[in-house]
Amino acid sequence: MGVLLLGEIANGDLNRDATAKAVTALRPLGDITVLCAGTGARGAATAAASIDGVAQVLVADHEQYAHGLAEPVAALLVSLAAGFDHIAAPSTAGAKNVMPRVAALLDVMVIPDVSAVIDAQKFERPVYAGNAIQTVRSRDAQKVLTIRTAGFDAAGDGGTATIADAASADDPALSSWQSDEVATSDRPELTSAARVVSGGRGVGSKENFAIIETLADKLGAAVGASRAAVDAGYAPNDWQVGQTGKVVAPGLYVAVGISGAIQHLAGMKDSKVIVAINKDEEAPILQVADYSLVGDLFTILPDLTQKL
Amino acid sequence: MSGHPEIERESMDYDVVIVGAGPSGLSAAIRLKQIDPDLSVVVLEKGSEVGAHILSGAVLDPAGLDRLIPDWRDRGAPVTTEVVDDNFFMLGAAGQVRIPNALMPPLMNNHGNFIVSMGNVCRWLATQAEELGVEIFPGMAASRVVWEGGRVKGVVAGEMGLASDGTPGPNYEPGMELHGKYVFIAEGARGSLAKKIIAALKLAQGHDPQKFGLGMKEIWEVRPEKFRKGRVVHTMGWPLGRNAGGGSFIYHFENNQVLVGFVVHLNYANPHLYPYMEFQRFKHHPMVAELLEGGRRVSYGARAITEGGWQALPDLAFQGGVLLGCSGGMVNVPRIKGNHNAMMSGIEAAEAAAAAIASGREGDRLAEYDAAVRGGAIGADLRAVRNVKPVWSRLGLVASLMLGGIDMWVANLTGWNPLGTWHHGKSDAAATGKAADFAPIDYPRPDGRLSFDRLTSVAFSFTNHEESQPCHLRLKDPAVPIAVNLPQFSEPAQRYCPAGVYEVVNDGPTPRFQINFQNCVHCKTCDIKDPSQNIDWTTPQGGDGPNYPNM
Amino acid sequence: MKILVPVKRVIDYNVKPRVKPDGSGVDLADVKMSMNPFDEIAVEEAIRLKEQGVAEEVIVVSIGVRQAQETLRTALAMGADRAILVVAADDVHQTTEPLAIAKILAAVAAEQGAGLVIAGKQAIDSDMGATGQMLAALLGWGQATFASKIAIAGGRATVTREVDGGLQTIDVALPAVITTDLRLNEPRYASLPNIMKAKKKPLEEKTAADYGVDPAPRLEILATREPQGRAAGVRLASVDELVGKLKEIGVV
Repeated sequence: MGVLLLGEIANGDLNRDATAKAVTALRPLGDITVLCAGTGARGAATAAASIDGVAQVLVADHEQYAHGLAEPVAALLVSLAAGFDHIAAPSTAGAKNVMPRVAALLDVMVIPDVSAVIDAQKFERPVYAGNAIQTVRSRDAQKVLTIRTAGFDAAGDGGTATIADAASADDPALSSWQSDEVATSDRPELTSAARVVSGGRGVGSKENFAIIETLADKLGAAVGASRAAVDAGYAPNDWQVGQTGKVVAPGLYVAVGISGAIQHLAGMKDSKVIVAINKDEEAPILQVADYSLVGDLFTILPDLTQKL
Repeated sequence: MSGHPEIERESMDYDVVIVGAGPSGLSAAIRLKQIDPDLSVVVLEKGSEVGAHILSGAVLDPAGLDRLIPDWRDRGAPVTTEVVDDNFFMLGAAGQVRIPNALMPPLMNNHGNFIVSMGNVCRWLATQAEELGVEIFPGMAASRVVWEGGRVKGVVAGEMGLASDGTPGPNYEPGMELHGKYVFIAEGARGSLAKKIIAALKLAQGHDPQKFGLGMKEIWEVRPEKFRKGRVVHTMGWPLGRNAGGGSFIYHFENNQVLVGFVVHLNYANPHLYPYMEFQRFKHHPMVAELLEGGRRVSYGARAITEGGWQALPDLAFQGGVLLGCSGGMVNVPRIKGNHNAMMSGIEAAEAAAAAIASGREGDRLAEYDAAVRGGAIGADLRAVRNVKPVWSRLGLVASLMLGGIDMWVANLTGWNPLGTWHHGKSDAAATGKAADFAPIDYPRPDGRLSFDRLTSVAFSFTNHEESQPCHLRLKDPAVPIAVNLPQFSEPAQRYCPAGVYEVVNDGPTPRFQINFQNCVHCKTCDIKDPSQNIDWTTPQGGDGPNYPNM
Repeated sequence: MKILVPVKRVIDYNVKPRVKPDGSGVDLADVKMSMNPFDEIAVEEAIRLKEQGVAEEVIVVSIGVRQAQETLRTALAMGADRAILVVAADDVHQTTEPLAIAKILAAVAAEQGAGLVIAGKQAIDSDMGATGQMLAALLGWGQATFASKIAIAGGRATVTREVDGGLQTIDVALPAVITTDLRLNEPRYASLPNIMKAKKKPLEEKTAADYGVDPAPRLEILATREPQGRAAGVRLASVDELVGKLKEIGVV
């Protein structure tokens, strides 16, 4: 008995960060078997085997798993499920597509976005867009869950798991892959970036946003914006962080010239470290920031960019 | 939104079209169907649901409800918390003096009244109305009056999807014209259509100017050991002092919820006054802080109320329709109550309209409604207290308590007011003084526990506005805020707005005036208090605005 | 082809949910409820497919409390043809889980002969994001989740999906389940004349038992609490101090 963990694979490579964080979350529940499914998944399997805490790695190296299509991947997981108490995956878009299908095929409820594992039956998960945290107990014999990785540290290296082949399951052949369109920005994607620098209305203009971008590039960070900045036309809509935009939880969030309306705070309050730079010492953002600098952003930012 | 006159709209004819699903509009709808189930009655409500834009104290005098639905107790009306304990305090900065109940005129007594959420009472009234066959359409703002000569024939409602430049956007819906034999305007204080009708038909001529107050309210969930169900507390004095008239209410409602409100009379002169911060500061008074400590604030909102009373009641009937409740202005200021009069005005209008329609009339002036209001229970209620507000405005708080109190006592005992009728002075806008003549007021910074910054509070009104629509707060002259109001009055919109809609932003060579209309909680204070009378509050798209749960 | 669109009545997205002091859940009394925003997008897409002549009929279904009627009326006012209400709970605080919902929907889809189900990708209350995938599994259909573009031709749907780091386009054989993401479309308003007309459109009422499904939950909710707030941090005096702190805690 133990945990079957679907390894997150993108373009043939293991997403080690997401997978290793899920390993940390699941380790208290028993031996972890990581499944690597995809074309040429052996490289990913080797990477997974080296994660500390992984007992075994299964490889399903087959073309039908190449694009993470829900029907064949779910069928594969179900064919391997017997003997595992928990079938899990990190909460990525790929896993969110597959795991509820797996759960329904096993006639169990899926437990999505687990933020804390209390014991083998009890889990915490955010609901209402993070406005509440629920503790749930599963009455199902097998548990299917996805792990919200932001709250866990990645397991280290040094694992020496065995690698074995998994037999492919029949492909239901209900869907087929056509094409991928990968976002081309050199900057990291906003929702998954480790660092985010956001600008608000205090930045003052579209042209001035360049100093936000310069700092972001220095930090290797994604660029975000408050709704006020987007409304004012300083930044494009897909940069918007907040209740009505993207919800981010990076390791470092730098809010520049952002007052901190609730809508914005809802989108970034789970960040590990929040830095606020604002000229208004009464700005609400200062009440949630770990570190704040009160002053003129046009003098602070170039200085900061240079000193980092 | 002005709409596009050239756009073809569907139209529909009703016996009575009612604008606004508040206590007066819903009472009118119910009474109409009680009298004649065959009357067709439609109610339009700009809030996303009935109750979403209702904000009231409220201690309800059930007089109106008793008359409308005598068996309201058996019908599950959310009117269950009877007032058990009535307290009135004069506050100083550090302490308070209780005014003995024996000194209060009997009409001020709250015995037999109920602490209610008017939002929930309206939701319940709406279910009663719908059972009787009234059609209620929430999320449908009435944005224009349909005129036929000098007669109000109906309204345009449900126009949605205008782009920010005012042209039809991709999802544009023109809405429709709703025509009525009679149109009831029940928008509450300073309604956007009422304002146009009153001006166009000169309904306020020969009456005192309407006066207003800004009411702000929070619901607090307090620690159970501090909760006293049915307790009513009113205060005056600190922190407003001589800067403005006003006071507070604290009602222990139900489920450990305490309704905390603060009213500032809008005739204040000092343009540096910041009503929102006065409210926040008030909560730090030792008596109030003790109650709220350890609790949490669960909602916030604000709404202007009418305070002009008897002298300021405009002509309530016009060709084709009537003004109900606070569209006319029926708050009894010393009793801080208007809901009973609102409901009774709805009943009176319904009875007048039903009789008129039955006798084959339509589209004319329901003079009998105006007479019924002035000559009946509503008039009696307002007449007795008519001097309290003008005395307060001129002589200040202490004198008004004594003189106004004597006037009320005598009126209460004899039906005659020794003061005769004092008149209201200037409009609230005109009462605003020059910034240079007053010292700025230094407000303490909110502590995030008992007091909060304005934007955080606005989030607790759950307000929202579709961003890609024309700004519903229209400046008649866009230059006035910076050219006139800023130098002369330090642009008070920055402070009187309880939702932080107006800002003077210094991010360029010259200051500019910014309107964050998404924050608007539909209180109408800007339309009332702007010293230049340059702001026109028009309705945004239906469904927008606050989403009050149980205010 | 008939398109089935499940819609859920949820707390309005403008309202901040409030956890009850006793930890028994989120307070839904006196709270404004609306159609789940992702479901609105699903209804809109289905109506557009009908307007394009791809579908003949749009059927909306809601499963839960009786008050979900209002949500169905909104969908009818937007342009759906008829509605089915499956009463599966009698209290607004009682949740019906995606598994039970999917079982009921599978029965409804079979009964109605639906050729396509378009569902929201998740409900903004329980944030499960599971119903569409579970329904596809139970029916043995293909699925295309998180759709930002849908084209239907020759018995297949070509769907562009929002995935981590970009977009993926797949082809799925019909019948299938598609779930909607935010960028798929901008839903139309329910106009006043259409709301009036929607009152006359058919709304059929059923129960979970009519479809032989036991809606009892598999997940027991033990407690609901508020997330931990953040404590106010340190105000620094200079950029050097900030750089020092950030290096000290290892984030740069």
